[in-house]
Amino acid sequence: MTTIAVNSSSSVLEQKRISVGRFIGFTILAFIVLFAFLTPLVWPVDPTKQSLRNVLAGPSWSEPLGYDHLGRSMLARLAAALRLSLGLAFLSVLTAAVPGVLLGILAAWKGGIVDRALSILGDVSLALPGLLLVLMLTAIAPDSPWALYVGISLVLWIEYFRLTRATTRTLITSPAVQASRLLGFGPAYIVRRHLWPEISPMILTVGAFGAATAIMAIAALGFVSVGVRPPTPELGLMMTELLPYYEEAPHALLQPIVVVFLLVLSLNLIAGRKAR
Amino acid sequence: MTRTLGYRLFQALLVALTVGVLTFIMVRALPGDMAYRIAAGRYGYDMVNTDAANAVRTELGLDRGGAAALGQWFWDLVRFDLGVSVVSGEPVIDEVRHQLGHTVELALAAVLMSLLIGPPLGILAGLRPGGAIDRGLLLVSSTLRALPHFVVGLLLIIVLATGMGILPAAGHGEPQNLILPALTLALGLAAVSSRVARDAMAGVVSSPYYAFGRTKGLSEAQVFLRHGLRNVSVPIVTYLGVQFIYLIEGVVVVETLFAWPGIGHALVHAIFARDVPVIQGTALVMGLMFVLLNALVDLACYLIDPRRQTA
Repeated sequence: MTTIAVNSSSSVLEQKRISVGRFIGFTILAFIVLFAFLTPLVWPVDPTKQSLRNVLAGPSWSEPLGYDHLGRSMLARLAAALRLSLGLAFLSVLTAAVPGVLLGILAAWKGGIVDRALSILGDVSLALPGLLLVLMLTAIAPDSPWALYVGISLVLWIEYFRLTRATTRTLITSPAVQASRLLGFGPAYIVRRHLWPEISPMILTVGAFGAATAIMAIAALGFVSVGVRPPTPELGLMMTELLPYYEEAPHALLQPIVVVFLLVLSLNLIAGRKAR
Repeated sequence: MTRTLGYRLFQALLVALTVGVLTFIMVRALPGDMAYRIAAGRYGYDMVNTDAANAVRTELGLDRGGAAALGQWFWDLVRFDLGVSVVSGEPVIDEVRHQLGHTVELALAAVLMSLLIGPPLGILAGLRPGGAIDRGLLLVSSTLRALPHFVVGLLLIIVLATGMGILPAAGHGEPQNLILPALTLALGLAAVSSRVARDAMAGVVSSPYYAFGRTKGLSEAQVFLRHGLRNVSVPIVTYLGVQFIYLIEGVVVVETLFAWPGIGHALVHAIFARDVPVIQGTALVMGLMFVLLNALVDLACYLIDPRRQTA
């Protein structure tokens, strides 16, 4: 008896912890988004404007986050880099989610040759590890965020497709859906009434996880200098640029690192513990 | 089993096809005059003039038509003729073979290290879910998972190499050069595999057969070795397959960070120098390595879990 009681109480605790984690995740993310989008309004400094007298100067009242190795405002650069990462990640997740979910439902619904063709399409996109695909696309069109966007979306849509397909497949044979079909309801009703309530909670998890993947990929490519090019502020690129000046100005190098950490942490927390 | 291996073979074909088409588009779509860029890669930026570019153009046949070039491209790929690096002039296959050795060395060291760090800690945590080890591990693994591999590597360099001066920050040749890059990859891998091991172990510990093993008087060690280990290892090995994506991606970034002369390093530099044959060769080998590793994981799971053999 006691083991059962312990188990149930721990599972309640677990559920509570997940929701608390999600709440913390949303709070951190909200702060980051506010920082990224409010800074240019409150602090209209050009992220590429140099003042060489202040090279690597530490934080001060006139410049809260200090200057980088070329005398550019770290605050303006961080906010601009975040806008790029957040915007690109959001756009990629959205572009991946819509066709991913629709094609997943289509594949499970039609079955047969449609299902097989779409699954092969998924296998083709999965053939290369994600970063490799993005890397090769950026080699095709260097110096443009579009290659990053297309590559990341191509990598992310498969997760939506697989999950939606698997869920729809089991749901479509359930008595509830069959009853709805027998009563003459159309596909739109069945999707809205039976499929969407099951699929929608997963979309947030997969989306948050996908956004974290996207942000890491953008930063990784910037770090090896094949993503966006200088002087565009980008989190990974900023780390590469500031690494040689670590001894003189550790605060400058740590800023993009902390920001990436908080951003990915918040997204992981939103995704919850189940998503890896 | 033949079915899964057949699927992996199909996947390998897809890798070759994708890499082939992508690199072909790459050659055609690269902005600017390819001949000039290759000449710059060969002779240095200061030595490039029209004569040098034209010499490169006629030598490499850059002015041929699109369809003929694509046909030639796939014919070469089918024969596994990866061509010659347009920068160094060496056959790509030789360069890749050389670099692959270094990458495999790094990857093996990373996987071994991660297996030593991750699953044992995860199993310890899973034996007492909610205990101190479990909570501490959750904190550490969440932190590590929120850090991209290059940040982990960067922090390791700052702390261990420039801060304390224990290990060299970059380089290759000495055994201690291997430690930092391998540790960087291993920490990322262990962050996930420890959680997988923890969840699997917690599941096994709460199962009826585990409780029965204890009830009939087996010691903790006996019940773990007889009933726990094998059941826990299937999800860990399966998850290793998913982690190989992380490993391949990590190799690209971590090799670049630590100047490790492997395949990922070569790929990034080939992209700088617009050395398409090398891009094709390295991407192809990395993609195929990924498929091969997954096939090995399938095989390992088949051997560990006898239930799959009858099914």
